[in-house]
Amino acid sequence: MLSTGKLRPTLGLVRRPWCASAAGIHSSGRRLHNPDEVDLFDFRYTTPFVKNLFVGKFIREQVFPFPRLNQQDYDQLQQMVDPVERFFKDDVDSAQIDTDAKIPAETLQGLKDLGLFGMQVPLEYGGLGLSNTEYARLGEITAIDGAIAVTLAAHQAIGLKGIMIAGNAEQKAKYLPKLATGEHVAAFALTEPSSGSDAASIQTRATLSDSGKHFLLNGGKIWISNGGIADVFTVFAKTEVVDSKSGEVKDKVTAFIVERSFGGITSGKPEDKLGIRGSNTCTVHFEDTPVPIENVLGEVGGGFKVAMNILNGGRFSMGSSGAGIVKKLIEQTAEHATTRTQFDRKLMEFPIIQEKFAEMALRAYAMESMAYLTAGIMDRWPGGSPDCSVEAAMVKVYSSESVWSSVSEALQVLGGLGYMKEYPYERYLRDARILMIFEGTNEILRMYIALVGMKFAGDILKEKLKELKRGNIGVILQTVRQRWGSGFGMGPSHGFVSEDRFIGDGFKAHPSLTAGAKLLEENVNNLGTMTETLLARHGKGIVEEQLVLKRVADITINMYAMTAVVSRASKAVVMGLPNYDHEVLMANTFCQKTYNENMQMFHDLGGENTDAAVQKIGKDILKTGNYIAAHPLDRTHDFDNIDVVPPQR
Amino acid sequence: MWPIFDYGRFVSIISSSDVYGVVWMRSLAQLHKMANLRVLVGVKRVIDYAVKIRVKPDNSGVVTDGVKHSMNPFCEIAMEEAVRLKEKKLAKEIIAVSCGPAQAQETIRTALAMGADRGIHVEVTGKSIDGDNNQTGQMTAALLDWPQATFASEVTKENDHLKVVREIDGGLETVKVTLPAVITADLRLNEPRYATLPNIMKAKKKKIAKHKAADFGVDLTPTLEVVGVEDPPVRQAGQKVESTEELVAKLKDSGVV
Repeated sequence: MLSTGKLRPTLGLVRRPWCASAAGIHSSGRRLHNPDEVDLFDFRYTTPFVKNLFVGKFIREQVFPFPRLNQQDYDQLQQMVDPVERFFKDDVDSAQIDTDAKIPAETLQGLKDLGLFGMQVPLEYGGLGLSNTEYARLGEITAIDGAIAVTLAAHQAIGLKGIMIAGNAEQKAKYLPKLATGEHVAAFALTEPSSGSDAASIQTRATLSDSGKHFLLNGGKIWISNGGIADVFTVFAKTEVVDSKSGEVKDKVTAFIVERSFGGITSGKPEDKLGIRGSNTCTVHFEDTPVPIENVLGEVGGGFKVAMNILNGGRFSMGSSGAGIVKKLIEQTAEHATTRTQFDRKLMEFPIIQEKFAEMALRAYAMESMAYLTAGIMDRWPGGSPDCSVEAAMVKVYSSESVWSSVSEALQVLGGLGYMKEYPYERYLRDARILMIFEGTNEILRMYIALVGMKFAGDILKEKLKELKRGNIGVILQTVRQRWGSGFGMGPSHGFVSEDRFIGDGFKAHPSLTAGAKLLEENVNNLGTMTETLLARHGKGIVEEQLVLKRVADITINMYAMTAVVSRASKAVVMGLPNYDHEVLMANTFCQKTYNENMQMFHDLGGENTDAAVQKIGKDILKTGNYIAAHPLDRTHDFDNIDVVPPQR
Repeated sequence: MWPIFDYGRFVSIISSSDVYGVVWMRSLAQLHKMANLRVLVGVKRVIDYAVKIRVKPDNSGVVTDGVKHSMNPFCEIAMEEAVRLKEKKLAKEIIAVSCGPAQAQETIRTALAMGADRGIHVEVTGKSIDGDNNQTGQMTAALLDWPQATFASEVTKENDHLKVVREIDGGLETVKVTLPAVITADLRLNEPRYATLPNIMKAKKKKIAKHKAADFGVDLTPTLEVVGVEDPPVRQAGQKVESTEELVAKLKDSGVV
């Protein structure tokens, strides 16, 4: 889970000068004419954006300009948005779905007829073949009903994704067509009672039969979305694998495509949940289920990687779905704030209320900017399939927490009314709570973000250290300049704010975003230095320093959000979108607020903080098993006899 | 008394080519004629029905900039009826036509996604919304010299003509129109289907022919000038009365009686 595939640390000094690439010159010497043209062999494309921040590198060509669709794709997407929006407005009764804890059959069929069960399945298998960007856009609409959103996601974002990314041609041709139309529903079966976050510890077993023609599956999975209605499961089980090098027999996870019709599969009754009640969640048991060996997904023993690739691929869309919910709430809640009068004034005139709406809007703006930036990086990466798992994880963490706080604030604006079941706020709140838990808990994802980033930085710094030892002048000068520069608050200029009014090469922010961009630049420098400091301080032991890692993760999530927001606002100005000045204000304000948060965290990382004390308190409480402090009213017997000298008047 | 089942005679009637043969072929010809039907559906891009219309401050019209536009709901109903005719194999080809600005092509695309086979876009500049004029169908029939059946709430084929049930103020009127004919749709004709996403993608391949009004020798100089547009007057609150006497008294007071 902590490795990220290709990690080819490069120093930038080995190839052509930084300034040449910055000016948009191809390795062949040809000028790059438009920002969508990229140099396939450019070192800047060895790894997507966020990991490079950990070494203080901001690769602006990857995030400027903000990704955009061409006119044809955009028009077609707009066309698709209409019927889906109308369906959700007219034919989806979310309140009823929540009360009945069931999505009606007609609604489910309507979703299938619209084509929503095969959005990313390739055209040749009967799906819509949508890109990540287009999928994210439709996710904004399906999110209006949490239960439906989760049912769709469980089916295609994880349920059948395995077949799409790891399946061979026969498996794809056999399963994808019926899954794309929704004739068959899919589910993702990984979690077990003793294995949630620790996915590698699953105990379901698949043993090869004597004939060698199939595996026998035995075990139980819990909390499987669509578990009761699925016809096709992607099941993860332990298989015996013989290590080719050592000859040792090991237990490794393998992924299987399992059809309910194989037999031996029982689904439990639907769980009674706090939220997303219309989504079917239940236990699934396998008893001697025969799975033909042709149904192994990927390699035997390679299941863990398949699971991680599946989960990493879908996370980013939580940004757009979250934004869809928050934007809708802003509209509904604003109606109340503009009509409700108290103390002879409308609620909207009170600054406290204004702040709530600003906070919701800023978070929605950041969420969707991050989601579409990530989708855009994935869609336009030359050669396809970049590893954007860290970016996706950042989007998920930020969005889940932002949706929770925004829904809570929207409910608060309505006061008592928000608390009543008559209004949908309590349902939105209950539905939103799961976002921080499933698809990788936010705690685990924070550790993942921080550790992957630190490992990337660590590998590069190791290389640098080697060069330093060899006496490479270039590296020494660069290191000194970096240290010297950041020490005085003037880091190496990343030059991503254009000096002139006309955007020169499109790989920069518009000058109206200078305020925000400068703050981001400062944070990038701070992070580069801080990473080195932390690695020097803790070394390999940093893995155990979760409170440190948590701050690093939060800082980098904030920085990614700032990047997305600045890039998007730049695009709005350059394109002349309506209300671009509002966007510029939002972007600069967001950057200022987030910078302030980051500086506090940098301060805590650099010097004194309460971590050790906090950990001790926590450990003591957990050892005892309850609250330790004596009751406020507790007393001892002899206290009254002790001489207490009153203060002299 | 006819025998309940006399296979022998049954077979001889079917196979005898004289009486049966003539009727059969005539029916085939009719069916053939029906299946050759081509349906032209006019679709118009108008302000979305759910949008709150606002009058421009200078009263020259309504605000259209940045406002959501979609296909006129009645055009959707007409498209739906055309698609149903094609599904029943009564129509061979559906052509969607729209006269409007460049954005009208989006509306034609929606029609293609609903099931039209090809589209025609006549580029006409100038602003337009649904004026509720109720004249296009009638004018078209007059220009073509074709029969018309307006406010259709039910359309069924009967041999070589169409039986149309019309919604009129007094109730329902049933008319027979020979083909070709002009039909206009009313609200209860059908429930239009959603343009599904797969159909939207398939519609990309369908053709839209582009023309200008001048291509057809049509002069677009307006003969009508909109002098002003205003909000309807704010509705006055009503009054509740307790008895008939009170009602008559109030009516007398206001000078109505």
